[in-house]
Parts: sequence; structure tokens; C-alpha cells
Amino acid sequence: MPDSSAIAHDAPEAGGIPHGEHPPYLRHHFASVEQQADTANFAMWLFLLTEVMFFGGLFTAYLIYRNWYYPAFVAGSHQLNVYWGTLNTLVLICSSFTMAMGVWCAQTRRRSGLVLCLILTFILGLGFLGIKTIEYSEKIEKHHVPGFHYSLQSFLDPDSDAAAKAAGDRPLPLDMARHTEVYFSLYFLMTGMHALHMIIGIGILGFMILRARAGAYTAGHTTFVLNFGLYWHFVDIIWIYLFALLYLISRHGA
Amino acid sequence: MSGQNGHAHTIVGPGVYVAILFALLAGTALTVWASFIDLGFWNPIIALAIATTKAVLVVLFFMHVKYSTKLTKLTIFSGIFMFLVLISMTLADYISRAWGSW
Repeated sequence: MPDSSAIAHDAPEAGGIPHGEHPPYLRHHFASVEQQADTANFAMWLFLLTEVMFFGGLFTAYLIYRNWYYPAFVAGSHQLNVYWGTLNTLVLICSSFTMAMGVWCAQTRRRSGLVLCLILTFILGLGFLGIKTIEYSEKIEKHHVPGFHYSLQSFLDPDSDAAAKAAGDRPLPLDMARHTEVYFSLYFLMTGMHALHMIIGIGILGFMILRARAGAYTAGHTTFVLNFGLYWHFVDIIWIYLFALLYLISRHGA
Repeated sequence: MSGQNGHAHTIVGPGVYVAILFALLAGTALTVWASFIDLGFWNPIIALAIATTKAVLVVLFFMHVKYSTKLTKLTIFSGIFMFLVLISMTLADYISRAWGSW
């Protein structure tokens, strides 16, 4: 593992502390375990801030296009199922909670508790992706995926579409109806990038479950679990905003 | 062996996490309920205000920022502030460039 391989056992001392008097996971360029933990935490936040800028660009694009093509974005949003979206928000919040509890278990050296929390987080993460798959397949069936097979029918003739009819949509002019494709492009881009982050997170969770079973994070060195927790909560926050922007704010309007 | 920052690392306990979990679940229920009421101009503002409240709770407690070093707090604040500056300047450009023709 990278952490243990970085320890030079033949080096004389770490931070002026002789071997045997400092934990084996304290790297030699740090003065103390606390300084090492603060540095790792700070670095993780720098990474998350680059992620804020990345998703921020997508949010800004959404904001501008929504103002330009407002009727198309309202009609597009009415195609999303707010119940699936709500369920997914609840699933993700619960997974953030189980991850936070996992961090506590690691800090208080509860190995089986940590493994349980990580497995629950893993399952909830998969549940989120499963619900997202149901939503995506609805879009595929209705030809709402941007591209050659995109269908304008739900927007030109709302009475033929159950979701549009339920929302009381009026037919859009052809040029505005075409702009619903912009809405769905941003929908798939934003939720897709979010889902990619979830998939990466679930992969790392699987790796952590294996290591946690061997007691890797419950012997004092919790940095990996803490930093992964920050990542997972960040992905949760992105979804909180995506849920509000894509599903909720356009339910009334046009 | 205390760090150079001279602060002890606070371990946030299950009580805080459970309280935040229920606050987040309540916030989700509230925002979905509010979205079903036609408040016109206020719908997006309320939805984003609730989302931001939830995000702040996650950042402060799940992500331990309330208990982190001043350096981390200042860095996060600077990053978010920079993001808001970028959004404001972009929107100012788009709003004023083709005035009235969009």
C-alpha cells in the first residue's frame, strides 16, 4: 500500500522523533501526526474546489440556457419524474449519513462497524445508480436522448404525452420545441458526470471494504477514510443542487 | 505530541450525524412540498435556498469544516467566493450583451 511503502525504515527519525516513539504511518517530512492529517485534509479540499469549478461551469451553462430558452426548459423539466428524483435524494442523503458514521467508526477504531457502514454506503450508492438507470431508460424509450433519434412529439403535441398532459403543458412552437434538446443535453451531461463520480466512488468503496476488513483504517491512520468521506459528501452536495435545478424549480411556469 | 496548529482533532459523534440526517431529510421533504405550490418567482429562490442550507449542513458537520483549521476554512470560503465571482461576471456579460433581444 502507498502509505506503508513511503516509510523508510532505515531513516534515523521522523520530525526529530526517534523510531519506536512515533506511529509507523507518520511520514518523515511531517512534524507530527496532526500536521500530516491537516495537510491531507487541506489537499483534499483543494481537489474538491477544482471540482466545484468543474461542476460550476455546468451549472452556469444551465443557468444561462434556462434563461434563454425558458419555455423549452420548463417543458423538458416536466418530463422528469419528481418521485424518482426525491427517492434518489433520500437514498443519497442516507448514504452520506452511513459514510459519516463510517468515519466515526474509523476514528474510534470500530472495525466491524466501519465495514458495515462502508457496505451500507456501497449498497445505497448502487441503489442510487439503479434508480438513475430506470429514469434514463424512460428517456430512451421516449426518444428524449439528444441525437438523431430525438423526438419532439411530447413538446409539439403535449396531449399525446402523459407527463406533459399532467403538467398542463401547451404546445411549443417548433423552434422552441427544438431547444428542449438543449435541456436534455445538459440533463444528461450533469447527471451523467454526477453518476460517473458515483461509479468512481463505489469502486473506491469496494477497495476500502476489502482493506477495512483487514483492519487497515482502524489502527489510528484514518486519512484515507476521511478524505473519501469528503469526496462522497461533495458528490451528495452536487446532487442536492441538481435535484433542485433539474426537477424542482420548473414545476410551475410557462 | 500536539500539532503545530495547537488544536486537537475533534471526533464528531453519532448524535450530531443523526441530527444532521434528520435535518437533511426534513429539508428534502420541505423543498419537494414547496415545489408543488405555485409561488411564481419565488419557487426557484426557495428551492435554491433550501438546497444551500442542506449543503451548508453537509459541509459544516458531515465534512467537519466547523471543526477544521482556519487555513481550511479560509481556503474553502475563497474557493466558493471565486466561483460566485465567476458566475456573476458571466451572467453580467450575458444579460448586458444582447440587451432585450433574447
